[in-house]
Amino acid sequence: MTRRIEWVHAWLLLLPAMVFLFTFTHLPAVRTIIDSFFSTARGRRKSVFVGLENYQQLIDDPTFWKVLANNLWFALGTIPTSIAIALVMALWVNEKLAGRSFIRMAYFTPTVLPLIAVANIWLFFYTPGFGLFDQIATGLFDTGQHNFLGNPDTALAAVMVVTVWKEAGFFMIFYLAALQTIPPSLLEAARVEGAGRWTIFWRVVFPLLMPTTLFVSVNAVINSFRLVDHLFILTGGGPNNASSLLLFYIYETAFRFWDTAYAATLTVVLLVMLSLLAIGQFFLFDRKVHYK
Amino acid sequence: MSTPDGKSISLSGITKSWGDPPAVDHVDLEIAAGQFTALLGPSGCGKSTTLRIIAGLEFPDSGTVTIGGEDVTALPPAKRNIAMVFQSYALFPHLSVAENITFGLRTRRVPVGERGERLKRAADLLELTPYLDRKPSQLSGGQQQRVALGRAIIAERPVCLMDEPLSNLDARLRHEMRSEIRALQQKLGFTMVYVTHDQVEAITMADQVALMNKGHVEQAASPREIYDRPATVFAARFIGTPPMNLIPIQAFGEKAGTLASQNYLIGIRPEVMHLDADGPLKATVVEAEFLGSETLVTCEAVNSRFVVSASGGTEVGRGESVGIGFKQSDMHLFDGDKGARCDGELSAVAAALCG
Repeated sequence: MTRRIEWVHAWLLLLPAMVFLFTFTHLPAVRTIIDSFFSTARGRRKSVFVGLENYQQLIDDPTFWKVLANNLWFALGTIPTSIAIALVMALWVNEKLAGRSFIRMAYFTPTVLPLIAVANIWLFFYTPGFGLFDQIATGLFDTGQHNFLGNPDTALAAVMVVTVWKEAGFFMIFYLAALQTIPPSLLEAARVEGAGRWTIFWRVVFPLLMPTTLFVSVNAVINSFRLVDHLFILTGGGPNNASSLLLFYIYETAFRFWDTAYAATLTVVLLVMLSLLAIGQFFLFDRKVHYK
Repeated sequence: MSTPDGKSISLSGITKSWGDPPAVDHVDLEIAAGQFTALLGPSGCGKSTTLRIIAGLEFPDSGTVTIGGEDVTALPPAKRNIAMVFQSYALFPHLSVAENITFGLRTRRVPVGERGERLKRAADLLELTPYLDRKPSQLSGGQQQRVALGRAIIAERPVCLMDEPLSNLDARLRHEMRSEIRALQQKLGFTMVYVTHDQVEAITMADQVALMNKGHVEQAASPREIYDRPATVFAARFIGTPPMNLIPIQAFGEKAGTLASQNYLIGIRPEVMHLDADGPLKATVVEAEFLGSETLVTCEAVNSRFVVSASGGTEVGRGESVGIGFKQSDMHLFDGDKGARCDGELSAVAAALCG
């Protein structure tokens, strides 16, 4: 009898979270997979089962391959850079220095600001001729105008810079928290044993930060597929899809071209990729990570 | 293991402050080569700071530190040729026991072969051989302590510093490790500076005890000397269980005579006092605590209390009037204002009180 009541209680406690998880995560995911096997309903034509036709379209779609490649470069460019910068910043503001809390706050500001708003500011930085970067460049080297966002060769890189700027401060907070859990006596012991700053970092500090690095890198990977807000302001995915990313392409397909079935197909690809990456990272890192 | 010859350490005029009052205040201390010196004192007396200054983990505001005759005041810890054991052990949690012990050898680029040999010797000495592949978190407190010791001795440095290394162990282990550390130090012959707040640890292990209080050294002497001839009121009150009685001279009533105008404190250890109706000191029993082999009798004379360690069979009741006897040679005399020992006046005072 009491076992039964406990059982009911357990389900009651789980229920609120489960309702939301099912309604907004699991149900849409399953729905998306189902939709990817159907055609898009248009006016008089009802949606019909088309099997793998959408996937065939996907394989034949050059824009899909283009944005996928873009996303790969985007991930490769932003993840290691933002993690490395975050770590360096955290090490720096973990030292005793004047205005430490001000610098910490300054580093964290990009995380607090809405990406849409700061993208507008970056748009001014990148403006050809009188934007901040061109002002500096022409002022110092007299190199003439640059259209960073309008040039297919530099558009993606320009977008990546904004992303790194946005993310590094966020990751820094995790590294800073982790650094502060390292007992000072460990570092002192290492110093007594003759270790220099470099050795202390690589043999003591960095290994002890591994759980944080794993956490941060999983987040960075997910963000590299998820964070597209600034594309709307900066480039709109252009020119000629040079700076478009997978999620941005999905948005355009679904809500600009109203091809929801094909958008669902693209979403399935994104889902599968993200799951594989997350699982892979945990298996790869887990053995090397030291947990307390 | 080969025997590194210890080096002497000398502190002169060391001052370090983070505010008022200074944590360490004009400390002068000589630590002889190959000796075991304990820095003893209550918490906040500056003993750990003094040790950290010797280690080079803190730099003094003024004064000099010399190790083996060489001025090391400005040198970083790595250049001082010392080893250190921390209160928390400071073991690297991600490294195995073997890697922890050989950490210093690796940073100093000792060849792999020699590293292995030394590790084997240290592990044998500390009985750590079965645990070399484990992580510190898989060891008991006592074993972790041995790993910390191993890391300190493997480098065969002439000086070893220990900051309350036994305070995280239970009483039985602490007792065991006490004799083990002492034996290790004597076998390897290095100079040991050992911080503790436990007088039993200091007295049983050390050749020299430096008793510290409020940032300065009250007395630096052998344990026997500190016990037999405490240099200050603080030293008299700190050493011994129960500590020495310090009785104002006025408590002796008319025997004090003209000396009663002076602020003298008469120091007598409880264990050399006995109940004696003809004794020079008259008092009232406040409390008698039976401990088996002895009875601690708390007495009061003219508003000052003191403890007499009488034999176990003594039976005295509360409120009873007693006389207390002691030998003149067991008396100590302190200046109540300065807190210093006054041997010059001792014989005159003793003659007046006991004569």
